[in-house]
Amino acid sequence: MYPANFDYHRASSVQEALAMMAENPDLKVIAGGHSLLPAMRLRLAQPPALLDVFGLEELRGIRREGDVFVVGAMTTHAQVLRSELPLFPEVAHEVGDPMVRNRGTIGGSLAHADPSADYPAAALALGVEFVIRGPGGERTVPADEMFVGMFESAVGLGELLTHIRIPASVRGSAYEKFKHPASHYAIAGVAVVRHADGEIRAAYTGAGERAERLPLLEERLNAGQPAGEGLVDAANLLGDRFASPEYRAHLVDVLAGRAAARV
Amino acid sequence: MNVTVTVNGKAHTRDVEPRTLLVHFLREDLGLTGTHVGCDTSQCGACTVHLNGEAVKSCTVLAVQAGGMEVTTIEGIGTAAELHPLQTGFWEKHGLQCGFCTPGMIMSAAELLRHDPDPSEETIRHHLEGNYCRCTGYHNIVFAVQHAAAAMRERQAGQAADD
Repeated sequence: MYPANFDYHRASSVQEALAMMAENPDLKVIAGGHSLLPAMRLRLAQPPALLDVFGLEELRGIRREGDVFVVGAMTTHAQVLRSELPLFPEVAHEVGDPMVRNRGTIGGSLAHADPSADYPAAALALGVEFVIRGPGGERTVPADEMFVGMFESAVGLGELLTHIRIPASVRGSAYEKFKHPASHYAIAGVAVVRHADGEIRAAYTGAGERAERLPLLEERLNAGQPAGEGLVDAANLLGDRFASPEYRAHLVDVLAGRAAARV
Repeated sequence: MNVTVTVNGKAHTRDVEPRTLLVHFLREDLGLTGTHVGCDTSQCGACTVHLNGEAVKSCTVLAVQAGGMEVTTIEGIGTAAELHPLQTGFWEKHGLQCGFCTPGMIMSAAELLRHDPDPSEETIRHHLEGNYCRCTGYHNIVFAVQHAAAAMRERQAGQAADD
């Protein structure tokens, strides 16, 4: 199916992209397009104009700066999969399929904040930082403030997510996922990370309106206890024709136990 | 807007609406109907082509995004006189029944064999996760890819011996 018509613009630099967005608030940023174009074809989204930033080389690739990896937002899932980043390659392996991974980007996915996406759980458990540029300059947003709601991230109007700063060394990490067999999105997913200082952080995705930390799991694991049950309250989770809130809560417990056993 | 895409080695310039998907550009503007549209929801992989050498779903790329890039479709990987080893493999191992998914299967498998000349059954199955077949049950598709991999290894060994 064809999307509704729109104007198409391609930016040749981040600076130009920001200037174009400042001039035209209707511009919707497109990266790899593997969330946006399917939504546009179903006419769930009908942006009047697209701003293509996929080709911006300055936003592609991974470099190390001391204790952190700085990942360009337009780095594809396939590039993440082949990288030395902690946890993210394992998570990228679970994203879509090889064709989706060749085109979809880490920044596009994280800015889109799909409640069923895999990366947000890893971002929260790793405690990554998001570098966002806008008309007022550059700001850094911690992972805990990035995922605001369903399909809503901290990236505001006229702003562009440019880089993700990921801690370079962790002692252990794991991502466990129960995926929808057709879409490959997470019905539930849990990431657990043992940081360099020994602290354990954990988060879930897929089960609620947004990815969130798992404080009870963190408390238990940091006290040397098993993951146990009752980690999330089903009353706060999503239910649909694929899985009830109670089932999703159960999945989070099971996946947390499996991930915790690997870190 | 005007877009120029190099398809199977030949540059084509067309005036397209920005909403034109690459798969429709290939099928309707260029008449290359070997690339199929299966699901319309970015899942089935029937529309898989290579964009600058990487396998992508051409139903999820705009034609204007492919501007200035190189596309290879199923029509570009072999000829009737000299089939690609994957085309021979699907023929020999009966890797298809209706054949609707086959172009996408071949384009996806071609990318796998470029990175991994001797993939395990598990690797093949995992790599083809984004290509749906609704009739063969995948067994013969795995055999077809293995057949092609062996043929390509043999050919490479033969070439190395000639050098």
